[in-house]
Amino acid sequence: MTLILNRVDDRLIHGQVVVGWGQPLDVRFIVLVDDEVARSDWEQELYRMGTPPDMEVLFHSVDDAVRAVPRYRADERAGILLTGDVASMLRLVLEGGVRDVNIGGIHHRPDRKQRLRYVFLSPDEESLLRRMVAAGATVTARDVPAATPVDLRELIEPEAASA
Amino acid sequence: MSDIRPRAVVAGHGDFAAGLVSAVQQITGRGAAFVPISARDLSAADLEATVRKAMNDAGVSVVFTDLQAGSCTMAARKVLRGREDLVLVVGANLPMLIDFVFADAMSPTDAARHAYERGRTAMALIGGGAR
Repeated sequence: MTLILNRVDDRLIHGQVVVGWGQPLDVRFIVLVDDEVARSDWEQELYRMGTPPDMEVLFHSVDDAVRAVPRYRADERAGILLTGDVASMLRLVLEGGVRDVNIGGIHHRPDRKQRLRYVFLSPDEESLLRRMVAAGATVTARDVPAATPVDLRELIEPEAASA
Repeated sequence: MSDIRPRAVVAGHGDFAAGLVSAVQQITGRGAAFVPISARDLSAADLEATVRKAMNDAGVSVVFTDLQAGSCTMAARKVLRGREDLVLVVGANLPMLIDFVFADAMSPTDAARHAYERGRTAMALIGGGAR
């Protein structure tokens, strides 16, 4: 096995990740990539307490994760790579070799436009997602395994051609 | 109009909280003791703010959530941080909430402990070769 899901989810570790994906895919580790959480022992403990004892949780800053992803990809267990924002995942695509990106949950914010029930995107985030695709990544939105994946091209308008 | 005042927040996925509170109302007429919150379509930050505001607005110190790994529990734990006066009960079920609404002679904290014990022991497995 390897990293079987590379997910952007602003709730980070929560029910959909641990139960919705974790149980059917027999996930044994989660790599949580978030600069703020990587600095906070308290938040790390919070997320560890939210996972079953047989599911390891590892924490990295984005810089550290870029170097660590190849190692996790070679892990014999099934794992989930998780970021809370699009920009962090873009770095893992560009510098860590991630090729399949799951948009699992990006919720409402005033500067974002709703694209799906669980996906709201700002113009900047849409631009970052286009860069992922341009770099060769497949980007789809899917909150839980039972849902039908939605290709990024169905979510956002094509970038306006420059004059 | 009900004279039952809110004593706790119930937070969960989908219609979990509203459903449980509806069931408490149907059985006891005391559903107004709870403020239901759904995690549906909220970011982690918005969910935490919603739980915090609901507890502050209702003046309650107890929150029940559905799932240990769930976003409501994560949000509630962040609200509880540094607040020894607040109580979180994870894994809420109907017997637990019914026990809580009838424990109105106790402090909310004691009622939450009592309800937790009741909820833990309220499950049963019947049939299927159960021994």
